[in-house]
Amino acid sequence: MQLVLEKRAERSNTIALVSPLIAIGLTIVTMSILFMILGKNPVSALGAYFIAPLTDSYSLQEIAVKATPLVMIAIGLSLCYLANAWNIGAEGQFLVGAVAGSWIAVKTQGTDAGHWVLPAMLLLGAAAGALYALIPAICKVRFGASEILTSLMLVYVADLFLDYLVRGPWRDPKGFNFPTTAEFDPVATVPVLIEGGRLHLGAIIALIVVAGGAVLLGRTIKGFEIRVVGAAPRAARFGGFNSNQLVLLTFAISGALAGLAGIIEVAGPIGHLQPGISPGYGFTAIIVAFLGRLNPVGILIAGLFLALTFIGGEQAQIAMKIPLDVTKVFQGILLFYVLACDSLILYRFRLIFPSRQVA
Amino acid sequence: MEIFEAIILTILAASTPLLLAATGELVTERAGVLNLGVEGMMIVGAACGFGGAWLTGSVIIGALCGIVAGTALSLIFAMMTLGLAVNQVATGLALTILGIGLSGLIGAGFVGERITLAPHLRIPGLTDIPLVGRVFFGEDGFVYLSLALIVAVWYFLYRTRAGLILRACGDNHVSAHALGYPVLRIRMFAVMFGGACAGLAGAYLPLAYTPFFVPGMTAGRGWIALALVVFASWRPARLVIGAYLFGAVTILQLHAQGWGVGVPSQLMSALPYLATVIVLVLISRARSGGSTAPAALGTVFVPDR
Repeated sequence: MQLVLEKRAERSNTIALVSPLIAIGLTIVTMSILFMILGKNPVSALGAYFIAPLTDSYSLQEIAVKATPLVMIAIGLSLCYLANAWNIGAEGQFLVGAVAGSWIAVKTQGTDAGHWVLPAMLLLGAAAGALYALIPAICKVRFGASEILTSLMLVYVADLFLDYLVRGPWRDPKGFNFPTTAEFDPVATVPVLIEGGRLHLGAIIALIVVAGGAVLLGRTIKGFEIRVVGAAPRAARFGGFNSNQLVLLTFAISGALAGLAGIIEVAGPIGHLQPGISPGYGFTAIIVAFLGRLNPVGILIAGLFLALTFIGGEQAQIAMKIPLDVTKVFQGILLFYVLACDSLILYRFRLIFPSRQVA
Repeated sequence: MEIFEAIILTILAASTPLLLAATGELVTERAGVLNLGVEGMMIVGAACGFGGAWLTGSVIIGALCGIVAGTALSLIFAMMTLGLAVNQVATGLALTILGIGLSGLIGAGFVGERITLAPHLRIPGLTDIPLVGRVFFGEDGFVYLSLALIVAVWYFLYRTRAGLILRACGDNHVSAHALGYPVLRIRMFAVMFGGACAGLAGAYLPLAYTPFFVPGMTAGRGWIALALVVFASWRPARLVIGAYLFGAVTILQLHAQGWGVGVPSQLMSALPYLATVIVLVLISRARSGGSTAPAALGTVFVPDR
C-alpha cells in the first residue's frame, strides 16, 4: 500500500476554508493522547485549555491582550511569506522596537514631558523594528545571504542587547538590583480601554493593522505585486515587478509592526523594560500567520485562538499541574497539521495497492 | 603554555556539536532537502541523551537515545516534506518549535540532576606529551567520532556510486527520477542521517560538555550549524575548518570575558551570532557569480507516475 499525491487541476477553495479546522481537530486528538500519557484526564485538561479561559471577563481581556502582539506581528510576517521572503527574526525586531521606544520613556522619566511621549515612543519603536528587519533584507538582496539565518541570528543579538541595557545603563537605581528599568511615567504608558481592566489601546491598533493589511493585499497594486512575486516569480519578472524591492518593503513593514508590537507590550501590559518581555511572540506569530492562511482576517482569528492557548496553558498549569511546555508542543503540532492539511489544497491523496506482479 | 593547551581543548569541545550537526545537515542538503529543524532535533537529542545517560548511567546509551530521538523527529519532517510535499522552510520551523516544547517536557523530570561526563581517551606516554599530547590523544570519544564521520561522509559523497546518486538527487531530481532512482527514498535516508547527527550533536552537550540538562541549552547552535553548511559551500573539508573557527570564536569570547576586557559581557556573548551574519554575507558575496548550492535545494518533488 502506498500513499501518492496527485496534483489537482485547480486549488480547492472548499478545502482552503476547512483545512485549518481539520488541523485544529487533529491537534486536539493528538493533545488528548499526550494528556493521557502525562496521566491527566484529557477531557478536563482540554476544558482547562480551551473552555475555562472563555468563561470569565478577566481571562477574556487577557486573551485580547496576548492576541494583540501576535496579530500585529503575524500580519507583517504574512506579507513577507506571501512574497516568499522568510523573515523569522520577528522576535528580535519585537525586542529592538521595545528597546528603542523605551529609550524615550527612560530619558523623559521624572521630567514634565507632555503627551507627545507615547506617540514618539510608538513611532520610534516601529522605526527601529523596521531598520532592524532591513539588515537581513539588505544582506539578502545585496549579497544573497540567506535571510532565514541572518534574521534569526539577530534575535539572539537583540536579546543580549536588551539584557545589557537593563542590567547596565538603564537599570532602575531603586530596583533592588533587579534587571529592570523604573516603571514608565503615565505619559509613557499605553492607556487602558476600560478603567481598572487590562485591555489597552494596543488592541484597537491591532484591529487597524488588520484592516490595513486587508486593504494593502486586496485593494492595492503593491499588494498584488507581493502576491504575484511569491506565487509566480517568473510571471512577476515578465510583469516587470522588482522582487528585491518587494523583499525590502515586506521586511520593513513586518519589522515595523513587530517593533510597534514590542513597544506597545512594554509600555502597556508590562509597564517597564526587563528581560523576558516576550514568551516567544515572534515565533508563535509564525504559526498564527500560517494558521490564518496568510490572510488578515484569518490571522485575527488565529491570533485569538493561539492567545487562548497561552492563557489556557497558564490556567492548566495552575489547576492541573500540566507543564507550561505543553503549550509549545501544542503550537508545534498545530503548525504541523496546518501545513499538512494545506497540502490537500493543491494535491489529492490517493492510496495505491500495488497489484502483485507475476514473476 | 598550559593555558594554551586548555584553550585548544575547550575549542575542540565547543566545535564538536557544531561539526556533528553540520555534517548531518550537509548530507541532507546535498540530497536537495533543506531541514531548518536542526535546532529542534538537537534540543530533543540533548534532553533524551541526558535522560538516557541519567537513567542507565551509561554515556553510550545516552548518545544512542539522542540519536534515536533526532532520527524520530527527522522522520516526521520527511513524512511532511517528502510524503505530503509541504514547504520545507515552514516544516523546519515547525520542527524547531515542536522540539523546543518537547525537550522542556522530557527534560522537566531531570533538571538539576548531574551525570559523570564522557571519559577522555588516555594512552600512557602519548597523552602526556607536553602541549599536544592531550589535544591529539586525550579527547572524549565524540571528538574522534565527529572527525571520522566527516571523513566517511567525504568518502561517501565523492568516492562511492551511492554518494554520486545522492548528489544527483540534490542537483536535479527530475533527471535522477527519470534515470530510475527512487528520489524520495534516497532523500528520506539523507534526512534521517541528518536527524541522527543532530540528535547526537544535541546529546553531546549534556554528555560531554556540561554534566546537566537545562532547557534551551543548545542556544542557537543548530542554526549556526545550518549557517556552517553555507559557509562550507556544501563541502565536507571546509565544514571542519568552519566548525573549528566558530568553536574558537565561542571560546575566545568566554576567555575575553574572564580577562576582564572592558567590553560588556553581552557584546562578547553576541559575537558568535554576529560572526555568523558577517560570515554569511562575506561568503554569499564572494559567490555572487555562480552558486555552489545543490541546484534542487529546498524544492518540492512530486514524482509523476
